[in-house]
Amino acid sequence: MRCGDFRETYAEDMALFETAFARRMMIAFIALMVALPWLASGFWLDIALRVLIAVIAAVGLNILTGFTGQISLGNAAFLAVGAYATAVLAGRWNLPFPLVIPAAGLITALVGMVFGVPSLRLKGLYLAVATLAAHFVIEFGISHWESVTGGVNGISIPSPKAGPLVLANDRQLYFLALPVAASLLLFARNLFRTKVGKAFVAIRDQDISSEVMGVNVFRYKLLSFAVSSFYVGVAGSLLAYQARIISPENFPISLAIDQLGMIIIGGLGSILGSVFGAVFITMLPELLRLVTSALSSTFPELTTLFASVKMGVFGLAIVLFLIFEPDGMAARWHTIKNYWKLYPFSY
Amino acid sequence: MSILDVRGIILHFRGVAALSDVSFKVEPKTIHAIIGPNGAGKTSLLNCISGVYRPQHGTITFDGIDISRRSPSARTKLGIARTFQNIALFKGMSVLDNLLIGRHVHQHTGVMGGGIYWGFGQREEIEHRALCEDIIDFLEIQHIRKHVVGTLAYGLQKRVELARALALAPRLLLLDEPMAGMNAEEKEDMARFVVETAEERGTTIVMIEHDMGVVMDLSNSVTVLNFGEKIADGPPEEVQRSKEVQEAYLGEPAEAAELSA
Repeated sequence: MRCGDFRETYAEDMALFETAFARRMMIAFIALMVALPWLASGFWLDIALRVLIAVIAAVGLNILTGFTGQISLGNAAFLAVGAYATAVLAGRWNLPFPLVIPAAGLITALVGMVFGVPSLRLKGLYLAVATLAAHFVIEFGISHWESVTGGVNGISIPSPKAGPLVLANDRQLYFLALPVAASLLLFARNLFRTKVGKAFVAIRDQDISSEVMGVNVFRYKLLSFAVSSFYVGVAGSLLAYQARIISPENFPISLAIDQLGMIIIGGLGSILGSVFGAVFITMLPELLRLVTSALSSTFPELTTLFASVKMGVFGLAIVLFLIFEPDGMAARWHTIKNYWKLYPFSY
Repeated sequence: MSILDVRGIILHFRGVAALSDVSFKVEPKTIHAIIGPNGAGKTSLLNCISGVYRPQHGTITFDGIDISRRSPSARTKLGIARTFQNIALFKGMSVLDNLLIGRHVHQHTGVMGGGIYWGFGQREEIEHRALCEDIIDFLEIQHIRKHVVGTLAYGLQKRVELARALALAPRLLLLDEPMAGMNAEEKEDMARFVVETAEERGTTIVMIEHDMGVVMDLSNSVTVLNFGEKIADGPPEEVQRSKEVQEAYLGEPAEAAELSA
């Protein structure tokens, strides 16, 4: 399908979509996503919304961990920062959502940068432990700063509004989350086509030689923490709007592990991989639930086993991916795409 | 005026002296070789110039500016580029992206400009892509420009590393054993590229090299190190005749050995 594909300018060579076919497929996919609320039931729309939020958070984590090579376990806490910032800005100050969402992102970016400072000295697993500390510090802060966060009892968030416009239900919220997710995905793809994104990847591959090539490694590591946390903060903001009431229990450490799972299964250092991983990990329990409820008439004991089966399958999926496709679903996607590239003549 | 002036460098690691009082000068647009037996401190000296190590004493002046206390990235911005003895490329990136990192200090796109892309970001990226393509043509690596560096053969990786350093458009280029582990043909190619870099691009080159044939043929001047001390300095023919250099490389002459026995 790719025969006769020649490029004459550098702009063509650096385009987002390699072929016109790929661009048309993307347009079709976007059209499908826009039409989804009319095609899907309330249950699936709720899942779609959660998938969109997970996609934003996973792209954020992938920017930091997959592209810049800084392992972070602080993602659940950063989500909480974005969510609580939204609760305060929208709930107490009554700000409109076009202000609240970017502000939540920026606040989280600042917090992320603060907890990124240890990356000056710490690498790999040591940094992971330092970000784990960030998780517990933030969790403690949220539970005990009751005047602002409502403590363990939680805090409620009003529907997102801007002037006369109020997004009261999931369908309307979906049309807020979809363009936000789409533009953030595009932003991330563009970022890695230009100077800053390439410097991130250089730091992951070889930090000493990137310093010698003139990349200010510490500055760019902090920048990576900031950009990544901005994404996670925006995801947290949307999460708060969807959940309507949040408490520290919404952001357990297992959420951070889930998100690491997303980018490992999806593909470290791949925007597309973050999307695949987020969709897979978010949909997996729902699909398992459908399977178990369909089988519950014949095997009634399955429902009680559900919780442990879910965790087991989740773990099994990660292990199988690490063995058979260590580069994630994105790599498999490229393999499949390359197979069809010259179809039907493979040589 | 010399472009690089290294004066009285003393570098030690917890009591182990790596360099003791090393001084030398490099004239602009020349090829200067640093030679010496294994462990003589050649790579340490290069690391001091590029800023990876901070010597305890001594000054390094580049083009009239004292750079002794500056960070490696600040030195790169002034126009110093280097390659490494054990290739230190970005293995997960394509050849082209490696070269584009070489353009990093000359680019101005920030996070917002890059993320929004269309407009300034794209214009700048195309401009620098064109400069990288010039270097790709110069070093004859067109066929691998989109290959991931980690998958390339050793000789090609060495060439890509030179390309990445050249992408910086440096005024001073530090090469750490550019021909190590190469076969004769690859060596000839690399020698041609080094000479052309100095002559056509006007880049000053400081090069560590073990192959004496290469050193004698290419370099305009030579500094010889032995056990962290400079034992000779000057044009290659002169250095070759120096008694101390012969002793460092070959041991004491036979008569002297007999006398002392």
